[in-house]
Amino acid sequence: MKLNDFISENKSLIGLIILMAAVSFANANFLGIDNMLNILRQTSINAVIAMGMTFVILTAGIDLAVGSILAFAGAICASLIGMDTPLIIALIATIMVGAGLGATSGVIISYFNVQPFIATLVGMTMIRGATLVYTQGRPISTGYFDVAESFYQFGGGYILGIPNPVILMVVIFALCWFVLSQTRFGRYVYAIGGNENVARLSGINVKKVKILVYALSGALAALAGIILTARLESAQPTAGLGYELDAIAAVVLGGTSLAGGKGRIFGTIIGALIIGVLNNALNIMDVSSYYQMIAKGAVILLAVVVDSRGKSNA
Amino acid sequence: MTTLLELQGIEKSFSGINVLKSVDLTIRAGRVVALAGENGAGKSTLMKIISGIYQRDAGTVIYKGNEVKFTTARQSMDAGIGIIHQELNLLPELSVAENIYLGREPTKLGKIQWDVIERESKKYLAQLKQDIDPKTPLGKLSIAQQQMVEIAKALSLNAEVIIMDEPTDALTDIETAILFEVVDELRAQGKGLVFISHRLGEIFQMCDDIAILRDGEMIHQGPVSEITEDDLIRHMVGRELSDQYPFVPAAPGDVRIEVEKLTAHGAKEISFTANAGEVVGFAGLVGAGRTELAKAIFGANPIDSGTVKIDGKEIRLKSPQDGVKAQIGYVTEDRKQEGLVQSQELSTNMSLTGLGRFCNVLGFVNKASEAVTISEYIEAFAIKTRDANTIISNLSGGNQQKVSIAKSLVPEPKVLILDEPTRGVDVGAKREIYTLINKLKAEGLCILLISSDMPELLGISDRIHVLSSGKLTGSFSRAEATQENIMRCAVAGQTNG
Ligand SMILES: Nc1ncnc2c1ncn2[C@@H]1O[C@H](COP(=O)(O)OP(=O)(O)OP(=O)(O)O)[C@@H](O)[C@H]1O
Ligand SMILES: [Mg+2]
Repeated sequence: MKLNDFISENKSLIGLIILMAAVSFANANFLGIDNMLNILRQTSINAVIAMGMTFVILTAGIDLAVGSILAFAGAICASLIGMDTPLIIALIATIMVGAGLGATSGVIISYFNVQPFIATLVGMTMIRGATLVYTQGRPISTGYFDVAESFYQFGGGYILGIPNPVILMVVIFALCWFVLSQTRFGRYVYAIGGNENVARLSGINVKKVKILVYALSGALAALAGIILTARLESAQPTAGLGYELDAIAAVVLGGTSLAGGKGRIFGTIIGALIIGVLNNALNIMDVSSYYQMIAKGAVILLAVVVDSRGKSNA
Repeated sequence: MTTLLELQGIEKSFSGINVLKSVDLTIRAGRVVALAGENGAGKSTLMKIISGIYQRDAGTVIYKGNEVKFTTARQSMDAGIGIIHQELNLLPELSVAENIYLGREPTKLGKIQWDVIERESKKYLAQLKQDIDPKTPLGKLSIAQQQMVEIAKALSLNAEVIIMDEPTDALTDIETAILFEVVDELRAQGKGLVFISHRLGEIFQMCDDIAILRDGEMIHQGPVSEITEDDLIRHMVGRELSDQYPFVPAAPGDVRIEVEKLTAHGAKEISFTANAGEVVGFAGLVGAGRTELAKAIFGANPIDSGTVKIDGKEIRLKSPQDGVKAQIGYVTEDRKQEGLVQSQELSTNMSLTGLGRFCNVLGFVNKASEAVTISEYIEAFAIKTRDANTIISNLSGGNQQKVSIAKSLVPEPKVLILDEPTRGVDVGAKREIYTLINKLKAEGLCILLISSDMPELLGISDRIHVLSSGKLTGSFSRAEATQENIMRCAVAGQTNG
């Protein structure tokens, strides 16, 4: 009984463990500390985006604009750092830009009754366009002021041997977990995804909650943009292309239902790690990147099929 | 009298809990068998086993002489067993006709014959005296009309065995009478029927045989003529119940809510007042505008003109949020679409509206105090559940209704609007709800009660207003109110049909 419940609630964790065990048999270097940290670092950007996406998907929405927001926010941030803006101001401004773009999607979705898929698809295209216009299609360097050096720490630095992006990921995870499971806002997110009509008649300001959710998704995409820009010491106009799909995949692999109302942020971290481990394993096993895409798709399909079979038998 | 369907020794457990214990039941041609029992006794579960939605753990089902084991609802439907589900099983976005023929649309050369579907749907609706355009999206209809569509759907199957799981709980006397005429026809045609209802009067009026379940065990079977209502109640709840409508007269307090010339979708220039410590009943036929009025007062439907004052102060009502803020509680008649998030836990549902009570300024939920309140309500309402984390859709219908009422009380409202509050609730629990209403009334709550159950409305209201076609057509004190008075006003404003 109990064991069964544990297994069905933690399928993605078990999947991750099996995957890691299999890879470590195939390649002895895989389980080393360095490689583990490497995986965590590579996972952090997707995980940060995917955590925002989790909120959106829990309300039965979707946010396709995150990859574009990442690129746009990264470009803004690189310019600000390049202009010797104080670090804290540059960071806050960048995150506000991301939140503002996200909130705009939220407003369009809740006040103009546009489907989230369409609203954010439009956002994705327009924001990518704006990024290309703004950067004129060229990378923006973070420049040579002192602030660029401290900015680099966000992407490339370490504290006690742990990469800073990993620390950021853990902090964001803790915050998201807290908000979803311990606050009124979190309850409202679940209720809206479960049945929007019921939520409305329970006196919840559905529009406001939705706008906040998309703002949060935009803010976290901007944070991911900061991490990426800091690491590369420049913003690429094409950064984040296709990241929305990796983020959605992580959320779904983590067991969150695309229909809304069901899921956990912990699952999303596991989902992001599954993708990270898979990428890493295929790399260290020298699989060509063409085959990597096929393999990744196959694993996601397998995971989702296993998950939905479990559900229909329940 | 030929036996159509025979159940023997049916067993069913959900996650280790035995909800049906060796149950036998016989359905005969040309007879209506009532299936009675408290909320959670296992009635719907048994019916879902017959229709293949649930699989039995043990026992046999013999249908027309052969043992059958349906694994999908489709199979039982094809075999000639129709079921009207307790929780409406219709899709609000599709039209009435599409709902009636969902999954078995007649085709010609692969093309759906819409004209046939619409003509046939109209025919079955007409049989139920419903003048509904089959092209209307189902979601636009009232719950009672939706229920009639569900019944039409069962009729259109032309089934041998028809199971009706609480078909009348959303209907007023008029539609119920229409349904009973149809049931009489079906009986005369030699169909076998199962009828589930918590309105015991209907069982005596309508049924030939009775089968009573208590806690998953079949404890009595026999002809209805050999049993009295008191016996029935005793079998169901295992003890005597006295005085079904306990009324406690109370001295009403100050005027709590004043509605003036309120015009909204479905309601025209309605004015009334209600005091603290008073139960004001609202009577009317389906479509009279009672639910529309309630929703406008709660802020869920837009108000075109008129005012609503609480304690003398006019309130702004743009959304249900405003209603909640003004301390108005609303229990919807439609718990599935509007009341509870079916896929989520009992606990989070119950505290959803009143979550503010357990939060600090930053919005952190104090789960310990929340859990205390929830378990108090589970106990006070005798909600039958494994624990506070049970998913709503796994509760029996009556227990869902109790959760829905508790949910509206958690925010401690000043005005409570109850829209068909005892829908699907068993006799014992109904009485508990009436007692609770009396207690809340004594504490000074102002209660607006909408009910299609006339004895209930007469039994516990201090005053009764009658609505017809969106207008207030009569008001009676408790002493003046009679079934005849009310019905006269209820049909008064009806201009056509
Ligand atoms: N899918 C399910 N999973 C777990 N428990 C269930 C499920 N369906 C029903 N139950 C439980 O089985 C018991 C019987 O439920 P059922 O719906 O048959 O009651 P009922 O007699 O129809 O009650 P009501 O009069 O309230 O409709 C209840 O305790 C209910 O919680
Ligand atoms: Mg039932």
